[in-house]
Formats: sequence, C-alpha cells, structure tokens
Amino acid sequence: MPREAPRTLLEKVWDAHMVTPESADAPGMLYVDLHLVHEVTSPQAFTELDARGLKVRRPDKTFATLDHSTPTAPADANGKRPYVTAEAEAQVATLERNCARHGVPLAGWDSDARGVVHVMAPELGLTQPGMVVVCGDSHTATHGAFGALAFGIGTSEVGHVLATQCLLQRKPKTMRVTVDGQLQPGVSAKDLTLAVIAAIGFGGGSGYVVEYAGEAIRALEMEGRMTLCNMSIEAGARAGMIAPDAKTIAYLRGRRYAPQGEAFERAAERWLALATEPGATFDKEVRIDGAAITPMATFGTTPDAAIPIGAAAPAPRTESERKALDYMGFTAGEATTHAPVSVVFVGSCTNGRLSDLRAAADVLRGRKVKSGVRMLVVPGSESVKRQAEAEGLDAVFTEAGAEWREPGCSMCIAMNGDVVPPGKLAVSTSNRNFEGRQGKGARTILASPATAAASAVTGVLTDPRMFARGPAHA
Amino acid sequence: MPERFTQLTSRTFVLPQESIDTDQIIPARFLTTTSREGLGAKAFYDWRYDASGKPIADQALNTLDTSEHRILVAGDNFGCGSSREHAPWALMDYGFRAVISTSIADIFNSNALKNGLLPIVVDKETHERLLADPGGRVGIDLEKSELTIGNAPPVKFSIEPFARRCLIEGVDPLGWLVDRIPAVEAFERTQGHAP
Repeated sequence: MPREAPRTLLEKVWDAHMVTPESADAPGMLYVDLHLVHEVTSPQAFTELDARGLKVRRPDKTFATLDHSTPTAPADANGKRPYVTAEAEAQVATLERNCARHGVPLAGWDSDARGVVHVMAPELGLTQPGMVVVCGDSHTATHGAFGALAFGIGTSEVGHVLATQCLLQRKPKTMRVTVDGQLQPGVSAKDLTLAVIAAIGFGGGSGYVVEYAGEAIRALEMEGRMTLCNMSIEAGARAGMIAPDAKTIAYLRGRRYAPQGEAFERAAERWLALATEPGATFDKEVRIDGAAITPMATFGTTPDAAIPIGAAAPAPRTESERKALDYMGFTAGEATTHAPVSVVFVGSCTNGRLSDLRAAADVLRGRKVKSGVRMLVVPGSESVKRQAEAEGLDAVFTEAGAEWREPGCSMCIAMNGDVVPPGKLAVSTSNRNFEGRQGKGARTILASPATAAASAVTGVLTDPRMFARGPAHA
Repeated sequence: MPERFTQLTSRTFVLPQESIDTDQIIPARFLTTTSREGLGAKAFYDWRYDASGKPIADQALNTLDTSEHRILVAGDNFGCGSSREHAPWALMDYGFRAVISTSIADIFNSNALKNGLLPIVVDKETHERLLADPGGRVGIDLEKSELTIGNAPPVKFSIEPFARRCLIEGVDPLGWLVDRIPAVEAFERTQGHAP
C-alpha cells in the first residue's frame, strides 16, 4: 500500500470534520465544534429558525456573549446602562431572549466571563486545537492561534450552524507564511502582523487558509499568536492557523472549559500530533525575515498599507491609493510622524488582552497623555479587566490621563457610541483603518499597544523604542 | 433563502474604486438592527449623505434609477472586510441584483450567493470594457454562465455549482442541510461528538 501523503495542519482538521465529502455538484458538509454568537450578526438567523420551526440543534456546542453594541461606560446608580440608542439596547435584549429560549449559554451582563468574543472564548478554554470554530464575525481567525480551523461566516450561515451544526464548504487553498529569525527588542506581535499583511497584500490571501510557521512564530506567546491570526482576514484570508506546541498546551491547562485531569493529557497528545508533517506541500509559500521588522503603522485606508514608523509614505500607484493618502492627510515622500493625533484607542479582539495592556502601561507609567489627546483603554473581557486591575494597570492609565472602560468592541467598530470625531486622527490598536471605520470621517492609524501609548504621550505617531526603559522593565 | 436568478439584462452602475469594504457598503452604526429589511436606505450611506445627513447633490447613488441600473461594476477586491451579511442585504434592497469585479472577497461572495445577489468575477480585459462604459447594457445568463456586454460575443464566468443550482432551481441551502441531519447524527456517533 502506498504511504499516505504527508498532510498539513489544515488538512488534518478538515478531514476530521467532513460529514459528507465535497463533490463536483455540492460542497462538503463541514462539522462545527464550537459556534460563537454575538448580538449583531445573530438576530436574523434566530428569526429564520423560528420561521421554520427549527431549534438550535447543539446548544452545548454554542456559546454567546455581548460585545459589539454594548456601552463601555458603566451603568448608573439605578443599573441603567448608557446604550447609544434604544435599538442597540433592544438588540442585546434580543440575544438574551434568543439564548434563553434555545438554551444557549450566554456570558451576559451578569457573567464574570463576558468579553469580546475572540478574547473570551480562548481564555475560557472553549477554543481548543483541532476544532472547527465559527462565528458571525470576520475576526474569528483569532482562534487559529490554537491550531483550530476558525473563520467568519455570514448570518445565513449562522442559521445553518444553529440548525444543523454544519456548513457547506469547499476545501480552501493553503498558504504557508514562514517568518524566520528573531524579532528585535521592542518589536511586537502587532508589528509582525502588519508586516505580514503588507507582504501578502490586502486581497492576497483570498481563497487561502494561511499557516504561520517559522522561528519568529514559535517564539510568540499565545496572546501574540492570537493578534497575528486575528488579522488574517485583513490579507483576505478567511483563516490563519499555528500548529499547537508546548505553549498552546500550557495556556490551555486548567482553563474552565478545557478537558481536565487525565483527559487533558490525552487531549494534549492528540493536539501535538496536529502539526503539519514534513514534506507536506502548500499551494503558496511566503517567507519573511522577522529580524528586519521594526515598529509598524498604517498610512492608508487598508490594513496592508503599513510602513515602518518614521519611513516616508510611498507614492500612490493607483487612483484608490491616491484617494486613501488624501483621506489620511498624508503626503507621499514624507513621514507620517508629524500629524497631530487626537484619539488613542487601546483594545479590541486584536490587542485587548492582558499582555497588550501591560505593554501600553509600561510606556505610560510615570508619564502623561498629552493635553488635547483622548486616550481610551478598553479591556477585552471581564477577566482581562480583573487581572489588569489586580496588577494596578488601571491606575497607571487613569493617572496618565487615559479613560479606563468596561470590556467590549468599543471604538474598533464604533457602533456603541465610542467614536473618533470627524476628520480627527486616531492611533488605534484595532484591526481596520477603513474610511469611517471608527466614526464618520475618522482617520485611523493601526499600530501596536506600545506605539499607541507612546503616541498618546507625544501627540504624534511615535516609535515606542524611544521610551524603552531597559531590560528591568521589558 | 436566496431569491432565484436565471437571467438579467440591465444597465451597469460603475464604482471603480478598489477594495470597497463592507464598512463603505453599510457603516457599522446601522448594524444594531434585528431585521434584514429596509437596509437599502443605508447603502453607501457615508458616501451619499454629508455630516448633517443631507444628500450630497453630485453623488450619483442618490439619483440612480435602480430599476434601470441593477448591475454594480466595482473595482478589485470588492466586499472586503467584515462578515456582515447586511452588506448584500443593503445592496439588494437598494436595487442591485449582480456585482461584477476582478475579485470579490470570500465572505461577501458567500453571503451574496445566499441571498441571490450574483457575484461575478471577470478578467481584467472584460473589467476594463465594463469600466469604460458606465451605464452600458449587460446581459447575464446564469444557466449558460455567460455575460454579454453590448453586442460583443458573450464571455463565460464561473459560479460554484451548488450555489448556481440554488439560484436557478430555487434550492434552499438550509433546507438541504436539514434534510441531511441523519448523516450529521451518524457522524456525531462515530466521531465522539454525541451530546
């Protein structure tokens, strides 16, 4: 018998979830292990189920939270929450009702687990290697950091998964992005992420699932890996994955929904066997020198338009690029480090985790946010908030003059009332710099938490290495 | 369930910008709705209305006769960004039934097909002909998978075969999946996913 061809991580996960294989006439039925649900992309799916008399088939494989439309200012003395509109409040109430009716677990307002869906699920241990994870949210690729196949779906597909636990899918193409070498001191996972997206291009990953590999990837902690996988969609790829290793296992051990005891050891063995086998081939290979990466920031209105901080904005190649540069108010051939910054946002499913808040706090400790700059720090979850407060990070932020808020998506998607005013420039740790993404007319620079904090201090886009305090504070 | 699609002959409307993301198609602040109806009024909202909410006079989207212009021709990488299905809902409610570009983002493509908004990818040369003739008459024949620009010979395009069948025959993907629940149950039993 011929030996089985060596398989990639994606192929192993894919093969293990095919309920019925794909054919020329029909896609395969892909089984979903974990379906994450939030208030924005689910109401119409529940309505569709109701119209057909269908039930949520596996509420035990479904988990919901409230994050996008929720206010990040606290409730008043009467418990009234400052929703941006009655419609936003009604949307949250709709998810609460739908979860109660269908028996879907919900990390709601009263839960110690509530958080941005892609921050919450990993920290609860819901996300595990080898799983298929979906959510009506394009940043679902975050969970690929654990060696899960995780991707965003639309609301019709949310309905498909609620009703059947399956999706109709054709097998994607595979791309491996290998990042060799070691990142320099002061260069973060976000800088690496922006460099990777710039290398692949905004639509360059379309149709692919990306596997990130190489020395610089192995060296990333789990939270940094989540930052990288999170933004796979910004290169057009629906999913990004990293093979499970000792860091993955250590992260998951003891988490609330992870297997416990003997079952965990058996699972860990299976998880470590998921790695791409030597000799397995990819449809496309990209190599990047990790040691050459310096702190990065975007200059245009797509996430791939990223350059080293301090470098000159490149000349536009197309009419769309010229418009983007005009919108941002930058000039080709000049650095983007002179324009006054009005708003700094630290948070989101990309950079709202504890390590992100620590990086921002390290810069801010003993310094002040420049007068005229509004800085908002939004923890990614209740758990992140508790841990940050236990370490005194909240005090670092508030003493520096920043606002310390309740967990949520906040100013990343700007649908809860947290917005950048028209025409103002923001340095944001989030994932999208599209025109108006953070508010109508808002101009967004994407960067790391350390860069965001350094820019809050100086009032212009700033390389955080100028504030480095040496190894004792690293 | 997708609206059926077999043939359409209509005029185009051209938005030549590359990478028109779903935040442009429908800004996030309109996503607090729990309905899929009436979103056409919010389509391209920040392009159509000024800061005070007044329609921008020289914005063609504000005066377009969508009964005449049902085919959107857009720049490369259309529909990139978020997974919001509100984007195809808004475009269809506005009046479009087909989108043509040189590439269309994966999730948008999937969402569009689920609703009967036909996403068509064409080569650069065909795209340039379409860009050069805004408002030109284009025929789409999904059964033949052919696009006819003016009087020129038809150009073939490709659509995933199952999605194509759903649109032509009115097959409902959710119903199709529900019919196969016994296969899901068998899979769960053998793969250790039983409740």
